[in-house]
Parts: sequence; C-alpha cells; structure tokens
Amino acid sequence: MNKEFVPRITSFLCKWCSYTGADLAGTSRLQYSTSIIPIQVMCSSRVDPVFLLKAFLSGSDGVLLGGCHPGDCHYETGNYHTRRRFAIVKEVFESLGLESGRLKLSWISASEGPKFARIANEFTEEIKLLGENPARKSIFL
Amino acid sequence: MSSISMEKSASMGLKDLLGYLLDSDKVDSVLTMRRIPETGAWDLALISDSGNLGEAEPLAPVMTVNAGKELSSLSLSGKRIAAVLKPCELRALIERVKREQGSLENVLTISHTCSGVFPLEQAADGSMDELLPKYEKVSSMGEIPSSVRDTCKACQHFIPMDSDILLSAAATQRPGEGCVLYLGSEKAEEALKEFKGNRDDRVFDPSSLDRTAAARKKERDRLFTSMENDCSGLDGLLNVFGKCVGCHGCSRVCPICYCALCDFESMNFDYNLPYFEEHLSRKGALRLPADTVMFHLGRLTHMSFSCVGCGMCSDVCPVGIPVAAVFSRTGERTASLFDYVPGRSLKEEIPVMVFKEEEFSDLG
Repeated sequence: MNKEFVPRITSFLCKWCSYTGADLAGTSRLQYSTSIIPIQVMCSSRVDPVFLLKAFLSGSDGVLLGGCHPGDCHYETGNYHTRRRFAIVKEVFESLGLESGRLKLSWISASEGPKFARIANEFTEEIKLLGENPARKSIFL
Repeated sequence: MSSISMEKSASMGLKDLLGYLLDSDKVDSVLTMRRIPETGAWDLALISDSGNLGEAEPLAPVMTVNAGKELSSLSLSGKRIAAVLKPCELRALIERVKREQGSLENVLTISHTCSGVFPLEQAADGSMDELLPKYEKVSSMGEIPSSVRDTCKACQHFIPMDSDILLSAAATQRPGEGCVLYLGSEKAEEALKEFKGNRDDRVFDPSSLDRTAAARKKERDRLFTSMENDCSGLDGLLNVFGKCVGCHGCSRVCPICYCALCDFESMNFDYNLPYFEEHLSRKGALRLPADTVMFHLGRLTHMSFSCVGCGMCSDVCPVGIPVAAVFSRTGERTASLFDYVPGRSLKEEIPVMVFKEEEFSDLG
C-alpha cells in the first residue's frame, strides 16, 4: 500500500501577523494542509539564518518564514531585515546547488486567514513535487 | 595629491619611510611583517623603536595573521600607528571599522599592489626561500606565481582601494626601477611633508597591471568553476566539508568573524543527551562533533558578503578544506545582491545593517 507523501514544513510565523493569520484560518474553519508545523516567533527578524539551516539539515522538507507585510512590522523595520537575510540564505543555497525551492518567505497579515491557507496548500504542493528532503536520511548532516 | 619617487627598491624605500615616520615622531609605532633572524620564522610585529626596523620585511609575501584583524583592536588604543597592509588586510580593517571594532582616526595605512602570499606551510618549512626569486620574476612579468595561495591567484582586488599611501610593488616594479609612493590623503601629505625624495604629482596608473588583472580573472573563473563542480548539492557539501573536524580554526583566524560570543561557540550548540537521543531516533546514527556542515553554511549566511578573500581560513585548516574558495565564490554572489564590495569604502554600509523599502519584490 502506497502511503501518500505528506511533507513536513517547519514554519516560523511572527506573533503579530502570520501566526495570527494562521489562527484566523483555523477559527474560520478553512481547510489547509497538515504539513505545516508552526513555531511562533516574536518577529520574523528573530529568525537567524541558522534556524532555517537547522530545519533544512535536520530533514524538514520545506521551511516557511512568515512575517508582516513590508511597512507593517510591529517593530517597524524588522521584516525589512528579514527580507535581506532571506535573500542571502537563498543565494547561499543557490551558489551551493542546494534546493532553494524548499525555502519560502511570505508576508501574511493578521487578517489574511484565507491567504495563509492558500500559501500553506500551495507550498505543500511545491514541496510534493520536490519530494522528500534527502537531508532527512543523511547521518552526516 | 602628490607622489614621491626614490632610487631604491620598493622594500628599502618602504623601510626608509617607516624609519622616518618613527624618528620624526609622526607615529608612535609601525606594524609590519618581520623575520626573526635566529629562526628564520616570519611574524607580524608592532615596532616603536626604529632601531628594531632592521628585521622588518614590510613587503614579505607571507600572511601569518590577517594584519587588518590585529590592527583593528590596536587602533582603538589612541596611539598613532602606521601599518603596512596587503590590499585584503586593508579591506578587512575597513570591514572591522564598520563593525565598530576599530578606528581609522589614528592609523596611517600604507598598502601596496600584491602578487599574493605563500601558504604558511612553505613559509614555515623554508621552501619559500627557494621559490622567492621565481615569485619575483614571474610577478614582475604580470603573471601569477604558481606557489601562492589559491585565493591569491584568483584575487581580483590586488590594488589597494583606499589607502593613505599606495606603493607600487611587485608586478609594477621592474628590476632596477625606483620605488614610487602615491599619497592618497591629507593625512599622508601632512605626515610626509619633510620626507626626502623626488616630489611629483603622478597618479597611480592601474592599467599598468592589466596583464595581471586578465590573468587573475582567468584564474578566478577556473577556481570558481572547479568549486561549482566539487561543491554542488548535499553530496557536494559532504564532499567538501565532510572532512571537517570542527576545530573552528577558520572562524578564529577570519578577520570578519569578530563576534566574541559566536553563536556556534555558545550553549546553543552545546548538545546534551536528549538532543543526541532525539537525533538518533530520527537518523539512527550521528556524526561527532555534530553540525560541522551547518557551521560552514551558517558562517556563509552570517558573513560571506563581507569576505575579503585573504585565504587565512584555508591555510589553517588541518584537513585541507578549500574554505576560502567556497567563501569567496559564494561571498561574491551574496555581496553582489547589494552591489557591495567588502572593504571598498567606509561609506558603504554592511548589507544586513541597512535596507531599502523597495527591493527584492520577488520575495514574500
């Protein structure tokens, strides 16, 4: 019997926007993929690039980073720094031939429950196409 | 801005200059490479008495430590220091000043065109001495000496970018030709007011090094292509970093890695039994020390955009990982996201400290 591959997507969500957006998706009874494993952070800029690397190398099939829309950061400019750091991580991945498609940055506000559900489903489908993260089985990482 | 020419070799002219600066009390001390006569070993030395300049070898193609790293903390002492720096050391100093680890206020920077440095192993075992005549001959012809560090061969920034005094050495100096100091700042003009030599207003002409630049470009492309082949995908990472013993030597000698409380040295990576058990339950085996690959990837994301490509990291690696090649290649890409060149100018801010409201619209 073939079990359907359900990806594991480690999701760092900012307390003020994306996590609240995810809450809204829940209270609105929106259906979205069970692949999302949410971790609440105070701000998307709290996420050091190493958090993303750790999730990736430990075998997460996808890593989602959610923050407030640019200009709407609760701490005014945190997400602008997040965006630069994320661009760097993506570039490092691409320069080393790693699958940068397993990383995703998304701006989801507290009122965007439907957007959260949509992003969760879309990213899950993208990851399904990539398949299981080979790092999950590698004991050397 | 003026230039001063002397009927001397670059090395002798530079030693005269250092002696003048000390004797006329323009600076309190000078920072230069030196050779210990008894042992033949090289070191970087801070010299305050011009009587000790005899052992100085300011243009020695050796880098025992990135002098920009050492100078940055010295520069906060308030003492006036003249420092002979290779172009990448000068850029390292500027990167550190941006990180508030140093100051240019009391420093007179003297830099020179650079043909690369010998790996420390050859400097230590004496084999460098045999190779030195060939090194000088080859570099005076605008070619790349085969004996220098790999990253030196591929270095694109071998002309100092923003020094107080620029000395044309190595490739631009033909045998028997005098040495020329190009003064690049008011500070230098002031300090060298009474220095003897033929005054002129020549400006340094980088086109005299076009041949070297073309050779370096070719070598860079070759090195980066071979890195691209060797270090691609998870298998490539294991291929290159799989030998890592986790000593963190590369980050200790790195002029950019200045954090006293490095994340990778902190309790965050001080694993305990529950961590190991959790890891074993997932993967069935665990390599120790853990997270060596993550350490390198983490450093790439933390500082690669400021990498000056000095090559210290590769040189100290006990297992021969080409750390510098990986970092200069990836670093060139991460820096170019922000049109940033590490150490080019104090006015350029570190990419992760600033942002623009409208950028990277494809992300998020």
